[in-house]
Amino acid sequence: MINQYPLWKYLLIVAVLAVGVVYALPNLYGEDPALQISSSRGTPIDMSTRTKVQDTLRQAGIASQPIEAVASSLLVRFSNTDDQLKAKDMVAAALGDDYITALNLAPATPGWLTSLAAAPMYLGLDLRGGVHFQMQVDTVAALAQAEERYVGEIRTLLRNEKLRYLTVARQSTGNLEVKFRDVGERDEALKKIKKEYPSLVIKDEERGGEYYLLASISEKEQLEISKFAVQQNITALRNRVNELGVSEPVIQQQGSDRIVVQLPGVQDTARAKDILGATATLEFRLVDTEHNVEDAVAGRVPPGSKLYKERKGAPVLLQKRLIITGQDITDASSGIDQRDGSPAVFISLDGKGSKMMYNITKDNVGKPMAVVFIESKTETRMVDGRAVKTKKTVEEVINIATIREALSKRFQITGLDSSNESRDLALLLRAGALAAPMDIVEERTVGPSLGAENIAKGFNSTLIGFAAIAIFMSVYYRVFGVIASVSLFMNMVLLMAVLSMLQATLTLPGIAGIALTVGMAIDANVLIFERIREELRGGNTPQASIHAGFERAWGTILDSNITTLIAGFALFLLGSGPVRGFAVVLCIGILTSMFSAVMVSRAMVNLIYGQRKLAKLPI
Amino acid sequence: MEFFRIKHDIPFMRYARITTVISAVMFVLAVGALFVRGLNLSIEFTGGTVVEVHYPHAVDVEHIRVGLQKAGYHDVTVQNFGTTQDVLIRLPAKQNMSSATLSDEIMHALKTQDASVERRRVEFVGPQVGQELYEGGGLALLLVCAGIMAYLAMRFEWRFSVAAIVANMHDVVIILGFFAFFQWEFSLTVLAGVLAILGYSVNESVVVFDRIRENFRKMRKASVPEVIDNAITRTMSRTVITHTMTELVVLSMLFFGGESLFYFALALTIGIVFGIYSSVLVASPIVMWLGIDRSNLMPVKKEGEGVDARP
Repeated sequence: MINQYPLWKYLLIVAVLAVGVVYALPNLYGEDPALQISSSRGTPIDMSTRTKVQDTLRQAGIASQPIEAVASSLLVRFSNTDDQLKAKDMVAAALGDDYITALNLAPATPGWLTSLAAAPMYLGLDLRGGVHFQMQVDTVAALAQAEERYVGEIRTLLRNEKLRYLTVARQSTGNLEVKFRDVGERDEALKKIKKEYPSLVIKDEERGGEYYLLASISEKEQLEISKFAVQQNITALRNRVNELGVSEPVIQQQGSDRIVVQLPGVQDTARAKDILGATATLEFRLVDTEHNVEDAVAGRVPPGSKLYKERKGAPVLLQKRLIITGQDITDASSGIDQRDGSPAVFISLDGKGSKMMYNITKDNVGKPMAVVFIESKTETRMVDGRAVKTKKTVEEVINIATIREALSKRFQITGLDSSNESRDLALLLRAGALAAPMDIVEERTVGPSLGAENIAKGFNSTLIGFAAIAIFMSVYYRVFGVIASVSLFMNMVLLMAVLSMLQATLTLPGIAGIALTVGMAIDANVLIFERIREELRGGNTPQASIHAGFERAWGTILDSNITTLIAGFALFLLGSGPVRGFAVVLCIGILTSMFSAVMVSRAMVNLIYGQRKLAKLPI
Repeated sequence: MEFFRIKHDIPFMRYARITTVISAVMFVLAVGALFVRGLNLSIEFTGGTVVEVHYPHAVDVEHIRVGLQKAGYHDVTVQNFGTTQDVLIRLPAKQNMSSATLSDEIMHALKTQDASVERRRVEFVGPQVGQELYEGGGLALLLVCAGIMAYLAMRFEWRFSVAAIVANMHDVVIILGFFAFFQWEFSLTVLAGVLAILGYSVNESVVVFDRIRENFRKMRKASVPEVIDNAITRTMSRTVITHTMTELVVLSMLFFGGESLFYFALALTIGIVFGIYSSVLVASPIVMWLGIDRSNLMPVKKEGEGVDARP
């Protein structure tokens, strides 16, 4: 008989389908509301943490499933979201700020599937609800900051080398200009600066009897600074997101200067934006104790100093010279000063920061040092009916403490009002300042109810579409139509399985892609069946017709699918976000449909009709 | 069951002139609509803010608009979205304005007006991102066309690839024309649908072309129009059934998929209907007029054999 596959081919098909069913299954189990508890600062999660969580839940009378250990965190499942929300507050309070307690939706995949590494598809934000931000890093501002830093360092260098200069300033063009009265000192300074800062490109110049050095940051270094700014911002955002308590956040770089942040389940976008977008940084400066604050307030601000305000509004005079910025801080924690029991923040600095800190504080023991909190905000106001965007910088002194000894890598800040204040300050220092301000250039927020509705509607329309096709095919092609419907169903299973194995993100356009694949995949079977009918009409025997139908249609099926693959591929390359999901589903769907429509339905036809002599075919 | 028991070939090519004129008229109308009215691009392309909110009761759109205008948002569009309880609020992008706090401010304004409002969805796209998506979309369209043409030129012959792309671009322009004429919102998802339909309805041309090639081998004595007529007639059953199947799914998305998939499904619907028409009645006449004949499709060697075998 011509319509018979060798045994291995049947076995292969059965094996592929079995694997498909197993890996598609997890998608049917849904998700449990859960809490995920992880450590925020390397504090180990052990039995005591587990017991603590258990006790807290028992005391509050909240029923939960046994606590599971997942990777380096704990997972507690609840039967409903009310319990979950209540438990979050209780557990977070009980564990304190060494742990992060995040709301989570944990897949309810049964153990035997998990042990086979079968997991459901990851649902996109449009299906589960949440926030998607795309932020643009202002690398120009990062450069400006670096230039300001050089200004300070050059000043310090010249002072230490006892070279007299008139001014060191950053021009609006970004160049650094150092003015000298004496040409000899200028040339000496040029040598020193060149040696100390090889990444500066320096020119000398003479104008109106004064001698200048014009320095600019080399292109290579500029690139480094931008790159570093983006990296630093990503790190800072990661820390901040952790403080927000979001499970499975996505924070990644996109292009050269953009960052994408996805926070599933977050609904309070205003708070998320406040925390993520706060382009705050910290600076440590010495307090100018030599001059009078009242004079400065009256307008006589001494050169080399700048007037700041404390949180409560009192004016403070600080030296312009910068000691370190928040970027130099590697860790911060709150605690109690061992000497007098007052609240304190313990700070660790990186190598460069500790060097700077030591150099300055060793000469200033007993003097006060201030921590300045700088936040740049973009405000949009309506002026004459038009929106005007203004960049506003808020600078305030959040803390003034006395330097007790020469400080370097580790030191503490005291003089804080309360332990609350010390905790907040530590959090801010730890979460890290952004190296450069960021603007949100794209935002997508989807509420949880809309997400659930999207799933239901997308799923229903796929199902209704499938049912309509199955009914029509079974009526029109009879037994062969039933075979086509079964293989179409297997195509959906395989598609789900492949997407789950790839851990692809399913979006609403992705569901539309599944539906469309169902509608398009049936084409292959229609092509084959029409061909079989034609062969029968041409007077061929049923067996020969089946054979010819499958063989001849194959070339056409291949051709027609390749054009759709090309479209899918282009969409994948150039599309963004949800459209990409659509493209992935479309491409994989085409590949699985070729297998199911040709191999699976052929195998079924062979098994049913291949063995016998037929007078007629039910097609 | 069988719908198409056609005994004789339908002389499609005899009507080629008429069908082409119909196509040309549709095409010109679509281009006209595009020029006169333009596409109603979604904020994904133009930049701007969209807030979708839900009320537990039916609301008066006018009331919300006035409220928002009082709060200082003058060029705001407020419309119902699907039901009278769902409202869509749109704000265009302003020059140099990327205030992402806008959506929160709007929610605040809505809440003061009616505390029962629920935020369903917010989309904010900065003008720069919009521009990029717009360019990316255009580029994707070009890439798809180039890819399909290259493939068809390789697999068949350049005449087929030109005919197929003309026919299918004609579909794309007509879909765009519909969107422009009715001012339906053209979003990124709709664009994805258009591109998918481009790939899909080229299938149609491929199936017919495949048959034409096969017929050139089999029907040695037939004229070119006869060969094409036969190819179309014999693939017609498959064409109609396949498209009906796809359309069933698309219609199910149109009716049950919710607002989010509505325009996507609508684009697909138009694309499928015109896809059938164009790939059969636009692509094939073009192939004919481009002067296709037997020798174009037969590899040189085989042609030699063919000559020997001829009686």
